[in-house]
Amino acid sequence: MSLRTRMAHGLRTLLRRSVADADLFDEVDHYVAEAAAAYRAQGLTESEARRAAQAEMGARTSVRQQIRGGNWEVTVESLAVDVLRAARRLRRAPAFAIVTVITLTLGVGASTAIFSVIRPVLLQALPYPDAERLIAIADAAGPGGAPMDVTFGTYRELAARSRTLEHVAVTRAWQPTLTGNGDAERLEGQSVSASYFGVLGIAPATGRDFSDADDRPGAAPVAIIADDLWRLRFGADGNLVGRSVILDGGPVVVVGILPHGFENVWNPAAQVWRPLGYDRSLPGDGREWGHHLQLLARLAPAVDLETARAEFAAIARTPAPQFTRPQWADLRAGFAATPLQEQVTAHVKPALVAVTIATFLLLLIAIVNVVNLVLARGADRRDELATCAAFGASRLRLQTPLVAEGLLLAIVGGALGVAVAHAMVGALVTLDGFALPRVGAIRVDNSALAFAVILSGLIGTAASALPALFVSSRDNPQASGTRIVSAHQRLRGAFVVAELALAVVLLVGAGLLVRTVDRLLAVSTGFRPDGVLTLQVQASGRRLEGPEAVRRFFDDARAAVQAVPGVTSVALTSQLPLTGDADVYGVGTRTAIALPPGADAGAFRYAVTPGYFRTMGIPLRRGRDIEDRDRAGAQPVAVISASVARRRFPDRDPIGEQIRIGPADNWFTVIGVVDDVRQSSLAAASGEGVYVPKGQWRFADRAMWVVVQTAGEPAAIEPAVRRAIHAVDRNQPIFKVATMAQRVAASAGRQRFAMTALDAFAAVALVLATLGVYGLLSGRVIQRTREIAVRSAIGATRSNIVDLVLRQAGGLAMRGILLGVVTAMLANRGLATLLFEVSPLDGGTYASVVAVLLLAAAIGALLPAWRAARIAPAAALQSP
Amino acid sequence: MSDSNTDVIQGTLDMLILKALSLEPLHGFGIARRLEQQSDGVFKVNPGSLLTALNRLERNGWLTSEWADTPNARRAKFYRLTRTGLKQLEAETADWSRRAGAVTRMLAAEG
Repeated sequence: MSLRTRMAHGLRTLLRRSVADADLFDEVDHYVAEAAAAYRAQGLTESEARRAAQAEMGARTSVRQQIRGGNWEVTVESLAVDVLRAARRLRRAPAFAIVTVITLTLGVGASTAIFSVIRPVLLQALPYPDAERLIAIADAAGPGGAPMDVTFGTYRELAARSRTLEHVAVTRAWQPTLTGNGDAERLEGQSVSASYFGVLGIAPATGRDFSDADDRPGAAPVAIIADDLWRLRFGADGNLVGRSVILDGGPVVVVGILPHGFENVWNPAAQVWRPLGYDRSLPGDGREWGHHLQLLARLAPAVDLETARAEFAAIARTPAPQFTRPQWADLRAGFAATPLQEQVTAHVKPALVAVTIATFLLLLIAIVNVVNLVLARGADRRDELATCAAFGASRLRLQTPLVAEGLLLAIVGGALGVAVAHAMVGALVTLDGFALPRVGAIRVDNSALAFAVILSGLIGTAASALPALFVSSRDNPQASGTRIVSAHQRLRGAFVVAELALAVVLLVGAGLLVRTVDRLLAVSTGFRPDGVLTLQVQASGRRLEGPEAVRRFFDDARAAVQAVPGVTSVALTSQLPLTGDADVYGVGTRTAIALPPGADAGAFRYAVTPGYFRTMGIPLRRGRDIEDRDRAGAQPVAVISASVARRRFPDRDPIGEQIRIGPADNWFTVIGVVDDVRQSSLAAASGEGVYVPKGQWRFADRAMWVVVQTAGEPAAIEPAVRRAIHAVDRNQPIFKVATMAQRVAASAGRQRFAMTALDAFAAVALVLATLGVYGLLSGRVIQRTREIAVRSAIGATRSNIVDLVLRQAGGLAMRGILLGVVTAMLANRGLATLLFEVSPLDGGTYASVVAVLLLAAAIGALLPAWRAARIAPAAALQSP
Repeated sequence: MSDSNTDVIQGTLDMLILKALSLEPLHGFGIARRLEQQSDGVFKVNPGSLLTALNRLERNGWLTSEWADTPNARRAKFYRLTRTGLKQLEAETADWSRRAGAVTRMLAAEG
């Protein structure tokens, strides 16, 4: 109540000032009139009474000051006056104001944007209760101890034996097709053990969680869906829970809907979950012993990760008789446990950290630049301020206008910076190939705004307080002026050196990343991406129940796409390079080969149709291609990659030899050898690959990639290809459409992200450093006008004078480069994990950066040098 | 202005204004006159301090004001005590009595 009336009164006074003033003056006048009347009643004359009353009251305006003095709006008013004056002063120095605001905008904008990204991704806990207790556990049996998916059997053993874990769950990807309610839609989802949501500490908002009984073979099919799916696909139907929906052609009862805003960090796109339903009796030949599950767990309260790790190691070391372990899941390599947060952010962390450091450097440059500009301005206004000081203006009174100026610039720069941050964050979250986790939580929110406000406020105050200190430390403009100027100059020189050094650090980082991206894109992928369009088709539903129906559908689809005009060739494959597919099987040969321990990670298994190598442009090195005659029932054949030929058949021609892939009886005769392809990523070494005819694989893959080669622009034929496939069966969803060239580009996404940011920052840094050199030297030229005039009067040539200025620039540049190179050698170590075939100390990069910086310093010095050379001795010496 | 007058005791002006207004709405000069009369001329209020205090009390929500005609046909700003103002007066009066009593007792004991 009281605060509200106070605010209301203040606002009224501010907004309707003349009315408020008139009101106050009327009251004062009335008071004086009444008092005068009282004095008259005591016997004073009219004029005496009036004078006495007036004297009691005092002057109207000072009474107004007294009455209003304690009100908050007065502070606002005087601040507003100061800011208005500051704005007027800045309008007279537009170059200073504009450069400062731009600098601040870039500095505040970039740091607010990166803050908005790293806060949810790296700084905040995951959006679950006690999220720090969540961990991901893998089997460390991959090559070189690399983490590997676990088996269901391993999960059962760990869940039963561990005492450090409160909940344990396993999950695998699941992509069902939703039909019967609009268009067929392929959903992203997960098959999970019943404990999955328990591990996360999340319960459905409506309905129930999975029960143990749901998670058994043959249990009635049930599903839990995300709030988004419920709203978008089912119109937020309040009666959905308990009813059936059609997933993959069969009815599934929806038992629960997750809370609004639930974030599934493990797989952010997932919208539907079903129980895994694996057999707990662990049949030896079933999927229960396949390495394809991801294990998530919640540590028991007050258990730290180290204790848990020690326990996992002990469990792995000591098999218990009641838990059988097949040889391929013997846990001899132990477990690898990491915090869940680390697990989901690991792929973006290096790039984000690099960009955060770069942003910090940019911000430093921005601050240095602003301080420098303000210092230069302070030097220009030296006489004005010194005069004020000489007349007795207090230190505070001298500082106020400077602080007001700094704050005004900071406010404008900060506001523009927030706008820039908005744009940058919008661009970041949609950046191709840089899958940021927790994208939904990334936005310029209140805390980011607070960050921007505090940051700009601090910069503004710091920048403006500094020159004010210099000014007020002097009382006599004549006596100490020179000393102050030289202190000023030294400080500004140091700042310019700092700017140059920071620019070197950023330029080196940017240069290293540019080289990395170049190298990545120059990697021999093993295939030719030009003109290739790829998309995935999922065969699902009742009509495609049996393997024969699935095979027929894909054959028909392939024939239909082949008939599309403009298509030169088409093929199908079960997995495609650079898509994240990792379908790996164990490989064997008739004669045992001794591979180094940990070196046999199995091979990628591709089930392909004839024409795959031609369509993808993968060169066939030996033997023959897969042909139509290699169908089911014919002799099983396989094409192997060059690395398989080299490693598994080192002493003989592989053509005609036998190779096993997967189960013990799965033998194929090698008919050809093709080049290795980069399957996982451009940076990862090519794995081994075994290609078998689609019709000869032991089961029919339900998700197949359609690979289309066209003479024209590959993206342009997408609609025709879609139509052709849907003409065969319009219920089969098509997704993950992209050209091969896009996939290659996206595979360098992390590096490209960091490179783009660092390129931009380095460019800004370079421009600012050049401006810094320019500003400093032109100031010096002006101060040394007389000295230069004397020099030329006694015979210095123009080139002597130009040399003089350039030598100063050279001195600055050399100091900046020296400092910068040392810093860069330390700082850019942080980039090492992002670099590819480029050393963090790459000599070429450093050399070109040094050259660029010298050039920039020279450019900055050019104009001041020219001015210095044009100083006319006579005129300069005659001027006062 | 006169030296024989005493300034209002520090901190009691607000309370005295509220007390003066508890009987009837008054304008600024009316309040000053009322305070002077009630104290038998002991307290003389500085007009600036009075108007400042009125402004402050109104912002606190203890007073409301409106312009009205005085008996001698001048326009004047009349202040009226609000309900919260009345509560404030009661609280301050109780507080004052407690303090004044204590001070009086102490002085008596000393003598």
